Amino acid sequence: MNATLRRTPLFDRHVAAGARLVPFAGWEMPVQYEGVIPEHVAVRTGAGAFDVSHMGQLHVEGPATGELLQSLLSNDVERLSDGEAQYTLLTNERGGIVDDLILYRVSHGHYLLVVNAGNREHAYAWLKDREARGTEVRDASDDYALVAVQGPEALERLGLSDAPAFTHAMGEVAGIEAMVCRTGYTGEAGVELLCPAEDGAELWDAVLERGVTPCGLGARDTLRLEVCYPLHGNDISPATDAISAGLGWTCALETDFTGVEALRRVKEAGPERKLVAFVMEEKAVPRQAMTIEGGGEVTSGTHSPSLDVGIGMGYVPSAQASPETELVLDVRGKQRKARVVKKPIYRKESP
Amino acid sequence: MATESYPDDLRYHPEHDWARVDGGEAVLGITWYAQDALGELVHYEAPEVGAHVTKDQPYAEVESVKAVSDVIAPLSGDVLEVNEKALDEPETINGDPYGEGWLVRIKLSDVGEVEALLDPEAYRAHVAEQ
Repeated sequence: MNATLRRTPLFDRHVAAGARLVPFAGWEMPVQYEGVIPEHVAVRTGAGAFDVSHMGQLHVEGPATGELLQSLLSNDVERLSDGEAQYTLLTNERGGIVDDLILYRVSHGHYLLVVNAGNREHAYAWLKDREARGTEVRDASDDYALVAVQGPEALERLGLSDAPAFTHAMGEVAGIEAMVCRTGYTGEAGVELLCPAEDGAELWDAVLERGVTPCGLGARDTLRLEVCYPLHGNDISPATDAISAGLGWTCALETDFTGVEALRRVKEAGPERKLVAFVMEEKAVPRQAMTIEGGGEVTSGTHSPSLDVGIGMGYVPSAQASPETELVLDVRGKQRKARVVKKPIYRKESP
Repeated sequence: MATESYPDDLRYHPEHDWARVDGGEAVLGITWYAQDALGELVHYEAPEVGAHVTKDQPYAEVESVKAVSDVIAPLSGDVLEVNEKALDEPETINGDPYGEGWLVRIKLSDVGEVEALLDPEAYRAHVAEQ
C-alpha cells in the first residue's frame, strides 16, 4: 500500500475489523467489510455507519462571510438561518463545478463547508485566494472525524429524535459531543456526526455497539447512485455545468456568483446534453467512460443491489434525455440496451 | 461465501482459474482466491456454446459490484456447455466456486496442455505469494 496515503482517525478500527482497504482520493479507505451488497441492504433496511473523515471541513468566519460565500457559491446563502444547511456548488467562470458541498450556517459570520476529499486542497485554495477583508478561511479537516449513520433505523439506534433534513445542532451520542447534521449521501434518513478527531474512534465504537453495520465506500457508491446523487469527478466536474447536470435547483440564478452568467445562458438556450439516469434492459453492468450511441457517455455505473439490475448515469444529447428513451451502450465491444428513467432510479416504494 | 480451499482433484492456472479434467473434457471455473478478490459477483458474461477458447486467453468475464475481470482459459477447447445457474445467479460462483459455481465445460483440443498446469500444492504456494 502506498505509504503516502492518508489515514483517518478510524483507520485502526477498519484494520481490526478486517475491512478491505483501497486508495481513494489520496486516502487509504475501507471499500467493504462484510461485502458491498449486505452493507447496502443494511442501510436500506436498518442502519449503516460510514467513516467519511476523509472529507474536508473548511471554516469561513468573519463579518463579511455571508457576502463572500454568496459571491462564490451557486445556492442562495441568505436563505440559511443558524442551524440550517444547504447543498451548493463552488463554480468557476464558465459555470463549471469546482466542487459540490454542503454549507452549514453555524452563526451569523460563521459557516462550515464540508467538501469532497479529493477537492479539499483545491476548494480551500479557491476560497483562500478570494478571501476578502473581514473573512478568514481555515482548513480544519484534520481536526475532525466524520461518521455518517444512515438508514431507516439510524436515529432510533443512536437515540436521536427526528429533525428536519438539512439542519444541524450540537448533540451527544453515547456521551460524545458531536455536531449532529441531518444530511447524508444514501437517500435514507440519518445523520452525519462531526466530532473532534481524538473522539472519533470512541464514537465509531459506540455507534457499532448499537447494532449499526459498518459500511465501506463500495456501498456508499451503490447507495448514492441508486438515488442519483452526483459524484464529483464522475458525474460533475469543472468541465460540466449545473444546468446540464440537472442541478439547476442548487443555483440561485437571480443572485450574483461566479459563473452565473454562463449558467443563465445555458438555462435560456437549453442544455445541449443532459445528465440522465438509466437502467439496463439487458444483463450488463455499465461503467464510467463507456460510450452511449448518439454521442453520450456513462459517468457512473454499477449493479444496483436494491433492484438487481445494472444502473447508471451519463450525459446524452438532450434529444435522448426523456424518460423511456432507449439507449445503446458499448459494453466492451458489445451493444447493450438501456432505458432512460426519471431520477431517482430507486424509490422507497419500488418493489 | 465459501471458505478458502484449493481441492486436490483440480489443476490450476496462475491467473486463478481451475480445471477438472475428465478424459477429453474439462470443466473450468475460477478459484476461491479469484472470487474473494473480486467480491460478490453480479454478472457472468459467458462464451457461446461452440465457441473456441484458447489457453492463456480470456474467454469470459465475471463482474462484481465494483469491477469487471477477464477469465483466462487454463486449457484450449470448444465450449460444450455453459453453467446456466452461474448466469442466472452469479453469486453461486462465490458460494461454491468448485461445485455449482463452475463456468463452462469444454472439449479439449490438446490433452497434453494439462501437463503445463499447476498442481494444487504449486497453486497454493502461488497464492501464498500474492
